[in-house]
Amino acid sequence: MRNYLNIIIAYSIMLLLIILVGIFQSWSIALTIFNYCMISAVMTLGANIQWGYAGLINFGIMGYTALGGLAVVLVSVAPVPEAWSVGGVNMMTCLGIIILMIFSTRYILKNIQKSNKRNYLVAGIIIVGLILIKIIAGPAIEQIEAVDPAKTGFLGGLGLPVLFSWIVGGLFAAGLAFIVGKVALGLRADYLAIATLLIAEIVVSIIKHEDWLARGVKNVIGLKRPAPYEIDLQTSPWFINLVEKFHSAKLDLANSLSERQDILNQLVIDASSVYVKLCFAGMFLVVVIILLIITQKALYSPWGRMMRAIRDNEEAASAMGKNVVKQHLFIFILGSAIVGIAGAMMVTNDGLFTPGSYRPMRYTFVIWVMVIVGGTGNNFGAILGGFVVWFLWVEAAPIALFFINLFTAHLPETNEIKIHLINSAPYFRFLLVGIGLLLIMRFRPQGIIPEKIIKQ
Amino acid sequence: MDLINAVIVLLNYTIIPALTYGSQLALGAIFVTLIYGILRFANFATGDMMSFGTMFAVLLTYYFQSIGINFGFLPTALLTIPFAIFMMILYMLIIDQTVFKYYRIKKSPPVMLAMVSVGVMFVTQAIIRIIIGPTDRRFLDGEKFILKATEFKEMTGLAEGLTIKSTQMITIMVTIIVVAIMFWFLNKTKTGTSMRAYSDNEDLALLSGIDPKKVVLITWIIAGILATIGGILYGLDKSYRPFVYFNNMLPIFAAAIVGGIGNPYGAFFGGYVIAFAEIFLTYAYKRFLVYILPESLEPNSLMQLLSTDYKFAISFSILVIVLIFRPSGIFEGKRI
Repeated sequence: MRNYLNIIIAYSIMLLLIILVGIFQSWSIALTIFNYCMISAVMTLGANIQWGYAGLINFGIMGYTALGGLAVVLVSVAPVPEAWSVGGVNMMTCLGIIILMIFSTRYILKNIQKSNKRNYLVAGIIIVGLILIKIIAGPAIEQIEAVDPAKTGFLGGLGLPVLFSWIVGGLFAAGLAFIVGKVALGLRADYLAIATLLIAEIVVSIIKHEDWLARGVKNVIGLKRPAPYEIDLQTSPWFINLVEKFHSAKLDLANSLSERQDILNQLVIDASSVYVKLCFAGMFLVVVIILLIITQKALYSPWGRMMRAIRDNEEAASAMGKNVVKQHLFIFILGSAIVGIAGAMMVTNDGLFTPGSYRPMRYTFVIWVMVIVGGTGNNFGAILGGFVVWFLWVEAAPIALFFINLFTAHLPETNEIKIHLINSAPYFRFLLVGIGLLLIMRFRPQGIIPEKIIKQ
Repeated sequence: MDLINAVIVLLNYTIIPALTYGSQLALGAIFVTLIYGILRFANFATGDMMSFGTMFAVLLTYYFQSIGINFGFLPTALLTIPFAIFMMILYMLIIDQTVFKYYRIKKSPPVMLAMVSVGVMFVTQAIIRIIIGPTDRRFLDGEKFILKATEFKEMTGLAEGLTIKSTQMITIMVTIIVVAIMFWFLNKTKTGTSMRAYSDNEDLALLSGIDPKKVVLITWIIAGILATIGGILYGLDKSYRPFVYFNNMLPIFAAAIVGGIGNPYGAFFGGYVIAFAEIFLTYAYKRFLVYILPESLEPNSLMQLLSTDYKFAISFSILVIVLIFRPSGIFEGKRI
């Protein structure tokens, strides 16, 4: 029990902070923060698997998150029949060509000895393939993008339930991780960091600029939701009754029937948004708990021990007959898949896919701060890191505003420095997170909840 | 005549812009490579440090303009370079003393230092945004063009005009001067040699009596000069916006690694490789081909290999290809 005491204390403080936000700001904001904390927690679980278990540095979190988001669009949006009829065949042919290219390259790499001839063959296949794709896809893309460009202009998705896309998001991310891993995992740590960072940028720029795929920077809005819509709730009698029952004391204070009705309407509107967010929170909680149980079991299994051994001494582990390369690739895929799930969850929560918003600052570096602050190699720590840092990230502006007002209270309202500082309050989040990271790395490098190794 | 026109088109739209952009990248890449070679970590705060130095140049330019100081036909920002460099070096040394020194003395692994530099990146970004805000700023004054397209057409009687912006000329000239001085310093002076020795083999350098503190100090000073000048040149040529500077870190990294990280010559060269690749692959060759091909073969599409949206993606793809086939870079850099 004592082992878990500090974890319980840390989590209680975190929960208390969110409840305080609920009391002082509003429950809707508190739940929004809570939901985003959960999504961040899933991302940190993924990054922690790579960094904490295996010591692999992955600065490409942004790319996997974006792919997860893309999965939501491709799975849940209804297909656009006109677009399919004008360009579907060509696009499918291109897909076929890409698959053919991959298999023929593989065949050549396997069956021909390492030589100049092999290099030329591979290069030839790639160049011919790219030219073919350009010729076939070019007109098709133009036609697809011309189909009602204000609303669609893309192929659409499969029209399946949105929850299914969380799994697909994980698979997409795993696929990317397989390619990245094959290419970059042999590199030394800081090269790996740079390479993954840049590959993620490539992925995001493809999603941004291939409009036929997911409308690019024109965004996809109004995605399906696994939770009820506010507007439906506000008109359904059972929900109104529930709110009435819940707030009966407050409603009884009303003087007249019309006033009572007004208060009730307001309460129903507030409650509907809280209810929707609670639904999301429940789903996210289920995902976090499932992932936590799996990762926790894995960490203390023989496999987890092997990963730690590889992390701490690669040569020794490989001398013991462990296949370091294969295990690194495996764990890289696993962690990235979890990040992909988080990306899909986030887009589902927002209800819109905005490729322009994927920036390395927010989706890579902040996530890394979470992992390091929370505790590398400890899943409870990683989740806590997600909560703490996200909370700081969101609440930094109000906190900064409070302190600015406190310290400049003696200055008149028209003082330029004061106005400038108040206007730049949103940027204090960078300062807070940066200083937090530097302090943790200096004085508690193992994180708030350090890694625990059970010794028998 | 057509051939000359074709060459002018290429010169105007690809070669001169690529040389300019390449110079800006090269300065940044040498900065990255010096920090990597001597202090031994990948500095993720690169873009923001460049932005930090440029911020002072922007503010001082505004101040100078307000009190009526200018630099004739050259941009006022050039006058502010010494002050901006001073502030930049001061900031870097403070950061080094408070943050990086601790890890250097503890001999932490490079990943740890890279992570710490992420923290520095956050803090620097916050300071910049709090001081100057995230908006787009132009601080170029003085003559805008050295050679205008219409003047060139009148002079030569060609159908195509050649435009040379003053910022392009300044960028290329300043880069040549700065890089020449720096290479002279690294190769010919005693301090420069000791820096290279420290970079090659730290223990051996310490044994032969090289003072590590001095090496680190000089490194930060050179880094400060390079970062500030690179940043100011980029800002003059395009515009100053903190977010863009942060993004520029990525092609700069690509340039440093492509050239062989830890090797200043490689970084210098890598900057131009990245810039030329980006511009040559995204340029629409239609106008060029119209001049050199017979009329029957004239292309009706834009003849663009890739859309300009993929400018950044190209440099990153080059990096990935280099990492796969020649991980130590085009010039031999540090082994991975």
